[in-house]
Amino acid sequence: MITKEATQAAPAPAPTAPEPPRPNKRRRAWDEAPRWQIYLPLGIYLVFTLIPFYWILLFALRPAGSTSLVPWPMTFVHFEKVWTDRSFGTFFYNSVLVGVATLIMTTLVALAGGYALARFDFRIKRGFMLALLCSQFVPGALLLVPLFEIFAELQMINSLGSVIIAETVFQLPLSMILISNFIKNVPYSLEEAAWVDGCNRMRAFRVVVLPLLRPGLIAVGSFAFVHSWNHFLFALMFLNNQEKQTIPVGLNTLMSADSVDLGALAAGGIIAAVPVVIVFAFIQKWLITGFSAGAVKG
Amino acid sequence: MAQAAAVAKPPAPPRRRRASATPRRLPYLLIAPAALLMLGFIAYPVISVFYYSLQNYNPTKPWRNGYAGFDNFTRIFTDDPLFWDTLVFSAKWVFVEVGLQLLFGLALALIVNQTFVGRGLGRALVFSPWAVSGVLTSAIWVLLYNSQTGITRYLADMGIGDYGVSWLSDTSTVFPAVVVADLWRGVPFFAILILADLQSVSKDLYEAAEVDGASRIKQFWHITLPHLKDAIILSTLLRAVWEFNNVDLLYTLTGGGPAGETTTLPLYIANTSVDAHNFGYASALTTVAFVILLFCSMVYLRLSKFGGESK
Repeated sequence: MITKEATQAAPAPAPTAPEPPRPNKRRRAWDEAPRWQIYLPLGIYLVFTLIPFYWILLFALRPAGSTSLVPWPMTFVHFEKVWTDRSFGTFFYNSVLVGVATLIMTTLVALAGGYALARFDFRIKRGFMLALLCSQFVPGALLLVPLFEIFAELQMINSLGSVIIAETVFQLPLSMILISNFIKNVPYSLEEAAWVDGCNRMRAFRVVVLPLLRPGLIAVGSFAFVHSWNHFLFALMFLNNQEKQTIPVGLNTLMSADSVDLGALAAGGIIAAVPVVIVFAFIQKWLITGFSAGAVKG
Repeated sequence: MAQAAAVAKPPAPPRRRRASATPRRLPYLLIAPAALLMLGFIAYPVISVFYYSLQNYNPTKPWRNGYAGFDNFTRIFTDDPLFWDTLVFSAKWVFVEVGLQLLFGLALALIVNQTFVGRGLGRALVFSPWAVSGVLTSAIWVLLYNSQTGITRYLADMGIGDYGVSWLSDTSTVFPAVVVADLWRGVPFFAILILADLQSVSKDLYEAAEVDGASRIKQFWHITLPHLKDAIILSTLLRAVWEFNNVDLLYTLTGGGPAGETTTLPLYIANTSVDAHNFGYASALTTVAFVILLFCSMVYLRLSKFGGESK
């Protein structure tokens, strides 16, 4: 990251200085497209993106049976019903637990592994990298049966721990590759300087490397949270007890009922969306920088 | 490049000595948690899938359990029309979804990479479905496609489609209906990754092209697209694998129906193992799916010359 900023910042002032016809050049700069070429397609796409959101909001807020296109008179009965009668309060709590635990485990384990991959040469490194890449092709959905048997053996069926472990394991490979790329972008010399100043490796890492990894860690951590919050099949398979289920499973139950209560479904959907939308709004900017720093060509 | 390496060389020896002063075990200790988790919960299940694929294994019919040789595989290729149907649908699904998502994602990334008023808000709104789950996407589109109160009713008011038709249960409309639903949440994935990669295109190149009088379209073809090439290859591959494997959306939106119209191979496998309890056969199907996936990925990386021309 530092090197990148440095190399980008360095050549920039040079060409701008001896450029006399500045205003003219600005108008013709590559990124200056005619306004309508931006706003028209963006507007059309926004309609496509936002109508579904509006639609679910509409169903969640208007009384059952209403066909009004504005959510008025507004009612919160659907939310109350879903939160208590349909146990979405419990589901919400379970989902938060799974999401936060997955976030913490994924980030810690991937940080340790990513550091090793970025900073050391060791004998099984190539093989390990290959295993990480190959695991991307392993469909978690197709391992449901053996995974179920393992967790049954460990007496973890119906415990949130099974879902947390499964989510973490399938988040790990990509997270580790991303984090090791972030770490490679931090010059080794910075760490070495800290050792010279008397830090041990751990302290040097904490004081020097970790602060620079912030955007990357935010991207990886939020990725893990959002994925585990959203993921459905593991929770569906490993948690049979209604007390233990998560929000996506609850939503699926609402949808597969014989006569779907659309208002309840919409309210449940809003409850499912709120945390990820908040996380997303918060991390959106970091996501772009995080990805461009840790991107494919590490 | 070579010169830079040569310059960087002198300080290398002390670094190496220092690194070896740290315990040799350290890197192994650091990767141990990840390695153990992956051995236990990915490698072991994969091996047991291979093992079961050679077995008759059905907990509801234990008297038939036992070694089956290649019977399961023979049955897949010679005696299971559903396998071929679902395989063809999987290919169609992945091809259409990834192609359209890339196209729209690329266009969207190029648009929101421009400077304009309201860019931050525009980006946030356009990317927002990325965070939405497959199940929630299903819930939303169930509401939209509902025959009584869905958006289809209002479209019918405008003369598009007929009243009272549920797009998800009609075999002629179900494919476009699920494609659009999955596009809705899939496009932001490409848009975000491509936008991230666009940040690293050197502005100098565009300025040079500008001086040479290259049109914006030419600049796109000769500067932007070559720069994005590796990112596009990798993200399409990851996405294709993901679209192939991920069953959340189809499972909850159509359940593979109507009449098996939207059953992908993984959905068929899930049904075989979960509903029919035929683990042995499902494992054989899984093995075949895995081999097909790996083979296609290799061919794709080879054909696209991933990382090829870049130095």
